[in-house]
Amino acid sequence: MSVIVLLLIASISVAALFLAAFIWSVKKGQFDDEYAPPLRMLFDDKPADDTNTSL
Amino acid sequence: MQPTITTTTTQCYHCGEDCITETICLNDKNFCCQGCKMVYQLLNRQGMCAYYNLNEKPGINQRVTVRKDKFAFLDDADIVQKLVHFQNELQTHVIFYLPQMHCSSCLWLLEHLHQLESGIISSKVNFARKEVTVIFNHQQVTLRRVAELLTAIGYEPYISLQDMQGKKPGVNKSMIYQLGVAGFCFANIMLMSFPEYLGLETAEKNLQGVFRTLNFILSLPVLLYSAQPFYTAACKGLQHRFLNIDAPIALAIVMTFVRSAYEVISGTGAGYFDSMTGIVFFMLVGRLLQDKTYLQLSFERDYTAYFPVAVTVLKDNKETPTALPDIKHGDTLLIHNEELIPADGIITKGKAFIDYSFVTGESLPVRKEMGEIVYAGGKQTAGTVELLVIKEVAQSYLTRLWSCNEFKKEDKPDSDSFVHALSRYFTYIVFLLAIIGAAYWWFADPSKSWHVVTTVLIVACPCALLLSNTFTNGNILRILGRKHLYLRNATTIETIAGVNHIVFDKTGTLTSTSQQDVEYNGVTLTALQLKQLAAVAQQSNHPLSKALVRFIGKSKLTVTNFKEWHGQGLTGWVNNDKLLLGNALFAGVPHTGATCVHVVINNEYKGFFAVTNHYRQYLPALLKQLSITYPLSVISGDNETEAARLRNLTGNKAILMFHQSPEDKLQYIQQLQQHGRRVMMIGDGLNDAGALKQSDAGIALTEHTNNFTPSSDGIVDADSLQHLPRFIKLCRINKQIVLASFIVSIIYNIIGLYFALQGVLSPLVAAVLMPTSSLTILLLTFGSSNLAARWLKL
Repeated sequence: MSVIVLLLIASISVAALFLAAFIWSVKKGQFDDEYAPPLRMLFDDKPADDTNTSL
Repeated sequence: MQPTITTTTTQCYHCGEDCITETICLNDKNFCCQGCKMVYQLLNRQGMCAYYNLNEKPGINQRVTVRKDKFAFLDDADIVQKLVHFQNELQTHVIFYLPQMHCSSCLWLLEHLHQLESGIISSKVNFARKEVTVIFNHQQVTLRRVAELLTAIGYEPYISLQDMQGKKPGVNKSMIYQLGVAGFCFANIMLMSFPEYLGLETAEKNLQGVFRTLNFILSLPVLLYSAQPFYTAACKGLQHRFLNIDAPIALAIVMTFVRSAYEVISGTGAGYFDSMTGIVFFMLVGRLLQDKTYLQLSFERDYTAYFPVAVTVLKDNKETPTALPDIKHGDTLLIHNEELIPADGIITKGKAFIDYSFVTGESLPVRKEMGEIVYAGGKQTAGTVELLVIKEVAQSYLTRLWSCNEFKKEDKPDSDSFVHALSRYFTYIVFLLAIIGAAYWWFADPSKSWHVVTTVLIVACPCALLLSNTFTNGNILRILGRKHLYLRNATTIETIAGVNHIVFDKTGTLTSTSQQDVEYNGVTLTALQLKQLAAVAQQSNHPLSKALVRFIGKSKLTVTNFKEWHGQGLTGWVNNDKLLLGNALFAGVPHTGATCVHVVINNEYKGFFAVTNHYRQYLPALLKQLSITYPLSVISGDNETEAARLRNLTGNKAILMFHQSPEDKLQYIQQLQQHGRRVMMIGDGLNDAGALKQSDAGIALTEHTNNFTPSSDGIVDADSLQHLPRFIKLCRINKQIVLASFIVSIIYNIIGLYFALQGVLSPLVAAVLMPTSSLTILLLTFGSSNLAARWLKL
């Protein structure tokens, strides 16, 4: 039945990874702003154009 | 580009406002003013017209131009030092607050600033806070240039004295981490408790030890880390010799753990780790829901958020921008149009026309001549004046008022909440039951009495009460927020429910700052003459001119030789007619007392427009409804010209007071409280700040949530004030919902106690009771508060 112990360790470590990912994402501020990020990915970046960088 | 006049109303391609005075065409697009056109040109040149494709007419109106040297103070190294967040040899990071930000186009434009200015490396928007973080190379571009660029595209950064002091309240995320950890442990313990519930075969008994040990290890982070908020709250309560709801909860958590640990170590049972972690998890969810904060709002603002960072000081005929704290007694300040007077002083040059509505509640600008004293906080509305400082900023009338003791009240403790009283009775009864149970079993079967005492204490945790309270509060805060009443915290709900006297401020609260009632008296004017007058008035930004334009309607006639005489009136020519609008003196007629705009056409006096405060449309209904249940008071810093109209609105019983200084208002609230009244104060300006703080529930009213509001217990949108009676009702229902769900939870507790007192509470019973009672309470609180809101049509 030692296989169950192995499975337990595996499942808890996977869950712990998710917990770590959650804490990391909160710390990085991924939940701070719910409006901007979903829109940001929709903005198309124009191909680099030399005239755009001079002012 | 020639201004062309069109007959149909066209909307500005940039800001979407009607083109009134002129319509400027460029690339087949119409603009309402040069400012809007310039922004378009700037973006067009850089190939950034995607701004206009994302949303229709996303721009911000540019008709009011910002003074050229407004951001000159950003050249001062000391000021820059205090504003920037990070700086090394190559980069500077700065965060600007941009109140104008409102849509995805804004987002797009503000994140593509590097295309407009090569010195900017990147920019990132936090939409919830309306902030943009700009990273720029300070060798290529200055902070001032960045601020001016933002202003040029319509997003003028709001830089206040508060930014200088560098106190940005960060969001406390520790409770989210605690919740995450509790959720992780709870779910895993649940998983590993299942074999125990379902029964293990004898051959697998060795696994039991593994599961139990793992449960024990997993419950440690919950006990030591996630449950911390309950321990600290309990300790704080006990320090103040007050038994709050957290004390029995903390006791139950610790008790459950000790009992379960004992069982696991002695090998007598599986313990109640699943129940313990589960309840901590649910209670944290409830707390988090209740503590939801409104990022874009601030309830803690003081004068520093209202005052500018720097003003122009005149020294040896040179204008130097100086940081506000460095202003000394005897300095000469140059105050431009639309700027705030930051310190008390004497006018040495120019004519002041100061708008004190925000500070004192006077609805119309006050005229001050040379040699007169002006107090800090007012806004100059007519041209430039010079001011000799007689008191430093921190010593000024307004700031002193702010730092006086009554204004500095500590956060009201939530100790008077009925939830704590309820939990106290609950705790006493439970202790009594535990003692009775222990005594009984001591005689019947002594080995069981420790077992019974601990299980009774576990079952009797008032967590259900806490759950019902936090979940209901959280949901009610959310419902109120949806209707634009933003409360500072959950205790305010209860305070509002208990209110028995309502005090209103007049200017800006009962009356609208953006609207006035206008009435014409005199020789009848022809339609053409009215149009001509509107055309002249349109040229000015004075509140009275604006009121006049709103009254007559916009006009498309062209005005020539227009001149604005600051603080006096306007003159201009339309179709060979000479028009004059102005005060009595300017028009050459005797002064009448009320606020009037006199009309002279071709040197012939025609009559006057009487301008009076506009009471909000819903006010008669609102006041009538409120006066049935609550005594009302109206305290105003303004004069009593409106007394009769107010009396008409408020009814005979209401108390009306005029000429009230900010201190008078505060003292009035104190007096009411000494007579046992629980007062709700609704105000809008700095002049109400003291009264708002002193009152039991101070609600600040604002036309726009971006605007400055004095510190308060809640912020309400001006249009939502009409729902006030229903808001109060909902707050009252809150208590009933909490009580109802508490009764339900007591039923669960009685079931649990029934088992516990018999000494047969198995982990399985506890594991079934805990989530079912939590879920029932969750459904009950959410369901009934939503139903109540629907019933109240909120």
